[in-house]
Amino acid sequence: MGNVPAYLDHASTAVLHPTAREALLAAIDDGWADPARLYRDARRARMLLDASRETVAGVLGARPDEVSFTSSGTQAAQLALLGAARARRRSGTRILVSAVEHSCILHAAEWHENAGGLVSTVGVDRFGRVDPVGFAPPPDTAVASLQHANHEVATIQPVAAVADLLRAAGVPLHVDAAMSLGRIPVDVTALGADLLSASAHKFGGPAGVGILVVRTGRRWVNPLPADEREGGRVAGFPNVAGIVATAAALHARTAEITAEAPRLAGYVDRLRTRLPRLVPDVEVLGDPDPAGRLPHLLTFSCLYVDGESLLHELDRAGIAVSSGSSCTSDTLTPSHVLAAMGALTQGNIRVSFGRESDTADVDALLTVLPDAVARIRERAGVAGL
Amino acid sequence: MRTDDTAGGSDRDTRWDAAKFIVDARGRRCPLPIIELARRIGEIDLGATLALWADDPAADLDVPAWCRMRSQELVMTRALPMGGTAYLVRRLT
Repeated sequence: MGNVPAYLDHASTAVLHPTAREALLAAIDDGWADPARLYRDARRARMLLDASRETVAGVLGARPDEVSFTSSGTQAAQLALLGAARARRRSGTRILVSAVEHSCILHAAEWHENAGGLVSTVGVDRFGRVDPVGFAPPPDTAVASLQHANHEVATIQPVAAVADLLRAAGVPLHVDAAMSLGRIPVDVTALGADLLSASAHKFGGPAGVGILVVRTGRRWVNPLPADEREGGRVAGFPNVAGIVATAAALHARTAEITAEAPRLAGYVDRLRTRLPRLVPDVEVLGDPDPAGRLPHLLTFSCLYVDGESLLHELDRAGIAVSSGSSCTSDTLTPSHVLAAMGALTQGNIRVSFGRESDTADVDALLTVLPDAVARIRERAGVAGL
Repeated sequence: MRTDDTAGGSDRDTRWDAAKFIVDARGRRCPLPIIELARRIGEIDLGATLALWADDPAADLDVPAWCRMRSQELVMTRALPMGGTAYLVRRLT
């Protein structure tokens, strides 16, 4: 975590898991050769790749031949969504997405729309959750996409109910599990996912590896030029060392999360209770019911506060967090997730914990934040408003 | 403070005419339009309205959120012909 005393942005990227680091270093030496070739070093790379695929498939409750590795979670999501849409284009050209999907899904949908397809967006409630009936597909629907859990406000979506509804209509569902995998159990069958995507660096794997699952028997056609790699699903030379490290991280996470989730949920609970008492006019966002959200993430907004100034104040104190406020985005627009929820967007902060987090991180935030907010409000002259 | 409401037209709701004044926060970025709104709301009587003009994209979300948090009423909005949005806000508390 470098010199950051309180790294509280694990939802942007997790610290490389020590088990993944070991696996990565070993696999750089052992898995360097082309796994498609037939000599000894190539066979060893192939074995490492196959073993990693089996590990990841086992965690997800999938068959190994249903799992492919991509160069990012974004690439996995794009291939899942656009490949399913392409395979079903004679049934219809409509893609259904929720309004709070990760931007990579919305960008893929926009790309589909620019290519002549249709896109329908399903709205959410104030917690950021879809109503399953919103996913009742129009007859021209090719594929639907819904996140397992939201990346900004932690809300878990009713994926299985949506999957049931879509299955009855013969429409496949892509589930974006980037935020949930390695945090809570993810099982493709329990979710009812026809396609699933995830990202290694979100759960302690290395950057540059995504996971794509296409269930057996589901129609899918590569939307890009294909080669023989990854069962024809992902073209190009595979990142064997990164994939080995991904499997190692996911395997380790699966063993850890049972004990870790309640610990991190305790930090979040403490913040949810303390923040409104310590900071006037703070709006804590997301589902108040712990069963309805991921354990490690909390988002709140502070009235009359410039989000960028707040990020800088926290950064000066060594606290790393992210923000969905407009002033912190390149486009100067507020987060589309907060917008869809109708939430206050100013002074927005997302805090996300990980396996290295401890109570000192929570203490640091609870010590620094109230004063930082008070200073910014004092400078803006908003006392009494 | 500008008071020239240039958004004429026959489809315009007459409730806009009852606004005591316009708070022109165009060109100001989040959270300044909301701070302007909060500063000026106390200048009007309970039950009266004011109009806030803003072109910051966050205002579309933060004006309704502020009204909710401060128990004031967002009566309606309309697009301004020169860009941005007008928000008609009634003071309730």
